[in-house]
Amino acid sequence: MDLDVRAGEMLAVAGPNGAGKTTLLRLLAGLMRPSAGEVRIRGQRPTRDDPGPRRAIGLLSHHTFLYDDLTPAENLHFTARLYGLTDPAGATRAALEEVGLTARADTPVRHLSRGLLQRAAIARALLHQPDILLLDEPFTGLDAPSADRFRALLAAQLARGRALVLVSHHLAEAWDLATHVAVLSGGRWALEGSRPSDLAAFHARYAELVHG
Amino acid sequence: MAEFLRIAFAIAAKDIRLELRSRTALLSAIVFSALVLVVFNFARDPTALAAVDLAPSVLWVTFAFGAVIALNRAFYVERENAALDGILLAPVPRSALYVGKLFANLAFVGVVEAVALPLFVLFFNVDLGHALPGVLGVTALATVGFVAVGTIFSAMVVRTRFAELMLPVLLLPFMVPPLVGAVQVTAKLLAGRPLSEMMGWLRLLTLYDIGFVTLCILVFPAVVDE
Amino acid sequence: MTPELLAARRIVRRGQVLTVLGLLAAAAVYVIAIYFTPVEVRQGPAQKIFYVHAPAAWGALVAFAVVGLVSILYLWLQDERLDLFAASSAEVGIAFSLVMLTTGPIWGKTVWGTWWTWDARLTLTLFLFFLFVGYLALRAAVQDHGERARFSAVVGIMGLVLVPFIHLSVYLFRTLHPQPVLLKPSAPSMPPEMLRALLSGMAAFTVLYIGFVVLRYGLARLDNLREGAGDAV
Repeated sequence: MDLDVRAGEMLAVAGPNGAGKTTLLRLLAGLMRPSAGEVRIRGQRPTRDDPGPRRAIGLLSHHTFLYDDLTPAENLHFTARLYGLTDPAGATRAALEEVGLTARADTPVRHLSRGLLQRAAIARALLHQPDILLLDEPFTGLDAPSADRFRALLAAQLARGRALVLVSHHLAEAWDLATHVAVLSGGRWALEGSRPSDLAAFHARYAELVHG
Repeated sequence: MAEFLRIAFAIAAKDIRLELRSRTALLSAIVFSALVLVVFNFARDPTALAAVDLAPSVLWVTFAFGAVIALNRAFYVERENAALDGILLAPVPRSALYVGKLFANLAFVGVVEAVALPLFVLFFNVDLGHALPGVLGVTALATVGFVAVGTIFSAMVVRTRFAELMLPVLLLPFMVPPLVGAVQVTAKLLAGRPLSEMMGWLRLLTLYDIGFVTLCILVFPAVVDE
Repeated sequence: MTPELLAARRIVRRGQVLTVLGLLAAAAVYVIAIYFTPVEVRQGPAQKIFYVHAPAAWGALVAFAVVGLVSILYLWLQDERLDLFAASSAEVGIAFSLVMLTTGPIWGKTVWGTWWTWDARLTLTLFLFFLFVGYLALRAAVQDHGERARFSAVVGIMGLVLVPFIHLSVYLFRTLHPQPVLLKPSAPSMPPEMLRALLSGMAAFTVLYIGFVVLRYGLARLDNLREGAGDAV
């Protein structure tokens, strides 16, 4: 199966549970090596010896990657040092501000509400200004205002020329942002192309593909 | 190289900060070590065996048990919220992750030993005196070796069921050469024997440290990279 | 019948043939050892256990070396079959080291007057046994196949490096402590008949080792195929 995402585009991947959506993102993020085929980021393959291409990737997983006993600021500062950013403190401040978490920057993560946790996780994923942002079911558990806010943030990322790959079991929340859509079923593409204008028609087609 | 060490230090500093904030693992390891010393005291027949004859073994068995408890936590913190994936996602050489964890573990085991040593002197009425620098030296030499092995094993067992049981089963055979060496050298130091009698053991300990730190750095990527 | 299934069955059959050959050879060795080898003057008939004991130790050592070397190959080539082969070798190794560890004290009690002594070779086999146990316990505790293979390969390689250190420790420990006078069973002063029995014992156990490992490996392949088929359904 092939996948090609360019700057300023957003590919939304739908698929039922167990279709391999999370595996797809882990492959793209370089957390798994493909058993066949290859992943290239700006023409380069991330390998054990050359972690460089990893710099271009940001992953918002359903795990937050945050340490519960550290504050958001401490978590981000540590992440900034992992990425070798020249100004960890400045990057931390900027990222916290972007997601609107400055007020709670020094509260240990374990005391944050679900919505704030999600913001901290977003800040962590965006901290090193990745060119490619991978999103795994990012709307799960967000209330309507938070989801609106998050959509605005994603639109801003697209406007800055970043490439986005989003996987979800339903695409309604991200539909307007997506430039391309694909359906993953049983580890293969069942459908792939530019986003059609009609969500309802897509849903009907999706149901047909997935449920036979 | 500077980049490598910078990342390793960042990881170690993060671990130390986390541990200072929760303190549970470190405190348990210290209390456990104190208890081992107390148990040893009552497990010996005071009329048959002088405390000082038993002292080197007691000291090292205590250090070993304390270290196993402290090492169990090493990768445990990386499990919450899949934090390890967060590190692996970053452009971090896997060996730098290993070295960072090794630094943090050496700090924890060092703290446990630093508390257990004075307790040992107190409980067993051992006069370290001029042997102290030597004992500290051999402690450092032996600790680096088994913590190096323990660090890589703790990264594996954290992914298994029964992690707390699995670590000692895997690690204790690997602890034997450094422990035997450290006990022998400590006994000779306490008895005021000349350095030449310890050279064989010191060579063994040094070789073990170099051999296993190198090997662990080489194979660690296979532990974390899918 | 897929080609993989046929291949796995062929391996099992080869393993069965080799195992039968090994068992026959082992039986022949005992006939040689009991009827055609002189009784050792000082130790009496008890020494006959040596012809099981030493070959079993040899088998355990071979098994251990194979685990370590195949583990290195696994990390290099990432072929699942290598992992299964190393695991098979470890399982056979645990059986051989158990034979060595049970025959050792029986012989030791009659000859040395003590069940156990921290003799260098006995100690080393004890550690091989512990390392095999740790290796297999870790395998049992990891669910994901890829992860299990990577972890056990790392333990296999580390064990290979540990063994010389154990040997060196025991050596230094012994040279610095007074030891009871030991009879050295494998001293070169052995009469040719005894040496013949010993060498044929080692040959028989080598065949037996290969037979067991090939058989176990074939079964592991079959097991994997069955699991794969289960996943597909």
